[in-house]
Amino acid sequence: MSPEDSTMQDPPGERSIAAAEATRLEAAAETADGTVAPPAVPAAHQSGDLGDDRSRQSALRQMLSSNAMVSVLSVLLALIVGGILIAATDEEVGETASYFFSRPGDMLSAAWSAAAGAYAALFQGAFFNFGADSVQRFFYPLTQTLTVATPLILAGLGVAVAFRTGLFNIGAQGQIIIGAAMAAWVGFAVHLPVGLHLLLVIIAGMLGGAIWAGIAGILKARTGAHEVIVTIMLNYVAINLVLFLLSTPAFQRPGSSNPISPQLDANAMFPPLLGSGFRLHWGFVLAVLATVFIWWLMNRSTIGFELKAVGANPSAARNAGISTTKGYVVVMLIAGALSGLAGVAQVAGTEKVLTSGVAASFGFDAITVALLGRSSPWGTFAAGLLFGAFRAGGVTMQTNTGTSIDIVLVVQSLIVLFIAAPPLVRSLFRIPPPGAFKTTGKRSSKNPKTAGGAA
Amino acid sequence: MSTATTLPASTPAATVGVRSWKTPIILMVLSLLGLAVFALGAPSNDVTFRLSDPGEAIVLPELVVSAPVVGWFTAVLMVAAAAWALMLTRSGRRVPVWVVAVFGLLFVIGFLTWVVGSANTPNVALYGLLSGSFALAIPLIFGSLSGVLCERSGVVNIAIEGQLLFGAFAAAVAGSLSGNAFVGLFAAAVAGAMVSLVLAVFSIKYIVNQVIVGVVLNVLVSGLTGFLFSTLLSSDAAKWNSPPSLPPIRIPLLADIPILGPILFNQSIVGYLMYIALAAVYIGLFHSKWGLRTRAVGEHPKAADTLGVNVNRTRFMNVLLAGVVAGVGGAFFTLVSVSAFNRDMTGGQGYIALAALILGRWNPLGALLAALLFGFATNLQYVLSLLGTAVPNQFLAMLPYIVTIFAVAGVVGKSRAPAASGVPYIKG
Repeated sequence: MSPEDSTMQDPPGERSIAAAEATRLEAAAETADGTVAPPAVPAAHQSGDLGDDRSRQSALRQMLSSNAMVSVLSVLLALIVGGILIAATDEEVGETASYFFSRPGDMLSAAWSAAAGAYAALFQGAFFNFGADSVQRFFYPLTQTLTVATPLILAGLGVAVAFRTGLFNIGAQGQIIIGAAMAAWVGFAVHLPVGLHLLLVIIAGMLGGAIWAGIAGILKARTGAHEVIVTIMLNYVAINLVLFLLSTPAFQRPGSSNPISPQLDANAMFPPLLGSGFRLHWGFVLAVLATVFIWWLMNRSTIGFELKAVGANPSAARNAGISTTKGYVVVMLIAGALSGLAGVAQVAGTEKVLTSGVAASFGFDAITVALLGRSSPWGTFAAGLLFGAFRAGGVTMQTNTGTSIDIVLVVQSLIVLFIAAPPLVRSLFRIPPPGAFKTTGKRSSKNPKTAGGAA
Repeated sequence: MSTATTLPASTPAATVGVRSWKTPIILMVLSLLGLAVFALGAPSNDVTFRLSDPGEAIVLPELVVSAPVVGWFTAVLMVAAAAWALMLTRSGRRVPVWVVAVFGLLFVIGFLTWVVGSANTPNVALYGLLSGSFALAIPLIFGSLSGVLCERSGVVNIAIEGQLLFGAFAAAVAGSLSGNAFVGLFAAAVAGAMVSLVLAVFSIKYIVNQVIVGVVLNVLVSGLTGFLFSTLLSSDAAKWNSPPSLPPIRIPLLADIPILGPILFNQSIVGYLMYIALAAVYIGLFHSKWGLRTRAVGEHPKAADTLGVNVNRTRFMNVLLAGVVAGVGGAFFTLVSVSAFNRDMTGGQGYIALAALILGRWNPLGALLAALLFGFATNLQYVLSLLGTAVPNQFLAMLPYIVTIFAVAGVVGKSRAPAASGVPYIKG
């Protein structure tokens, strides 16, 4: 895209032309010169860089233009926008704004204290409680973060593997719900000895999620039905199905008609990880193990290689003898099983009962987690931790400072939006695109290595 | 909806030239289901359909039918249609679309008679059912038109939900602050365009995957409006969240037509705007220079570029226009149906609009029919839960979504997205 085409108001100049050219080439590499849609994850962000010649740049420039820097700046930018929003809606700021021109300091300090207070509460709720009187209470917020992160990581992995295979799995929500429902039923209706029961609960949850996602996978493979629509619709079907189940006596507590299931057997639940004083349970360890497994699957196994091939270029994969239809079904089964595990972590760990709100909005947050984690297993893990921190801290923020937890959604979505568009962040912070300064004056992008890097 | 993640070539070409048994098989299964449920399982009582409001100028008499008679009638005809479809396929011919349409109509009549007949009160106001369906369909139609404008020019618009929600929010706030519903309507259009602007900038200028931008925008709008709702709107609802409503405008004579008149010609201004938008998009898209260019850009951007059409500018303008359309649709929620904004009040309607768009094969008229179908399925659920039927409410609530899955999976035949939808255009 040349600058003349764009409706944005970039100042014309050598640097912005170079930046536009870099954007164009990055996109050209990702979209096979505009014959396919760009991948879920910018190619520059995937492992293996877009062939920019780092060795010739100074250390500072390398650091500034690196993608990690873009990620950090994206988070910072999102937090700034969120802070402005918090400040703008603060009552004290509104009062001081009425005499802004006579004493601007008042409003600025009120704005600062509103935003800083909210974020401080967020931090306290997500990491360490500095006002605590015991070690346990000091670390309690951190364990809350890990607890909340568990389903986010698991469902995020489910979305991420589907992304890598070129499928957009919006259905993690429904998969969590069905997985949780099946796991919960096995948990409270069946009575088995220690160990075996939990194992069965886990298997039931994975099965539930896999079946639900498998429907979308099979429909995609057999009829070409678009997985985005099918998975969205299945989300609604799943929530209604669970609402129905919770209205039947089989899923209700004896003698009650409330839509809440009985508590799961003690044998069916994850034991607490750090003693009964914390809500953190062994489900988190399961999430770590799942991350390791998915890393192995995607990077070391034949199946993972085939799935990635299908995602990178379906027709090339087909020509190489890889069945794309099989790939779609297999990856949806894996993705569903992971989301189902997230459901297990909810019913057998955090919530201990099945309600219609068991999945909260984890299934939708999982999409942003996977996007932020660039669909890599450990990236998703880290993103899950970050979003877990936001969510756990957001609750504290809402109770302590009255700032609505919705701001967390805004910040999270802005982070993903900024990270998805590195050129935007670079231009906002005046950071040169990678490799833009190697040969000043000439367009660096003539370097054939850049164009061929990710193709 | 594009094949955002697959190559165009990956859509199975196997069905071309090979007999597709999918349609006759599904018709056969549905007709046998109809035979078992509507005919054999028919309640023995009569069913009353009230056709017009007693207050109308021309009042039609009530329609009283016997449930078993209608059940058997529809079931037998459906089996016959399915058998004919089977024979046609055997002889290598295609099943005409009208057969499927008639089959669908019979199924709906049979289902309606059966479900109302087995309700506690086998008496339903058909006019209320239809007008309610139409009202529910209005925002969906706006949303689908927004999708048509975007996707026909090659940009996937998942952000319909966000455009509707932001439109609803802006209409409520601007309407409340100004005390004028038309200011609210205008603000809704601007708000929809703002969401579109972000979509356009990120997907066209920064070439981010369009599905991702759409999904993230929906989250962003949901968070933003939710945040402002819980801070500003709920702190002083009288100031921020009490928009005036747009009253229905009755068109004389036309509104007196039995059944259809009160539904179509007793609408709010948003409803009439929908007719205008629908006609404008349809005529514009298929009978104007702009439409030809838009479709060219969506099907083969390189060819359009070669002939001097500025691909990315066309896309940018279309996406902005789509935002305006969806924003006005969002105003329906706060200025017509409910006179207050509420958190996430669009409740996934944007996604349903997306499904309607696909079901309608990226054609404004098809999208209209699909949106009406969704409106009907949703309203049927409300009406039936009032009548007290044997079918659990939750299953009725699933109906629109299951219909969508069946439809997308190919009951209505293979739908084909504009070839370049979801694919950015990179000049050079």
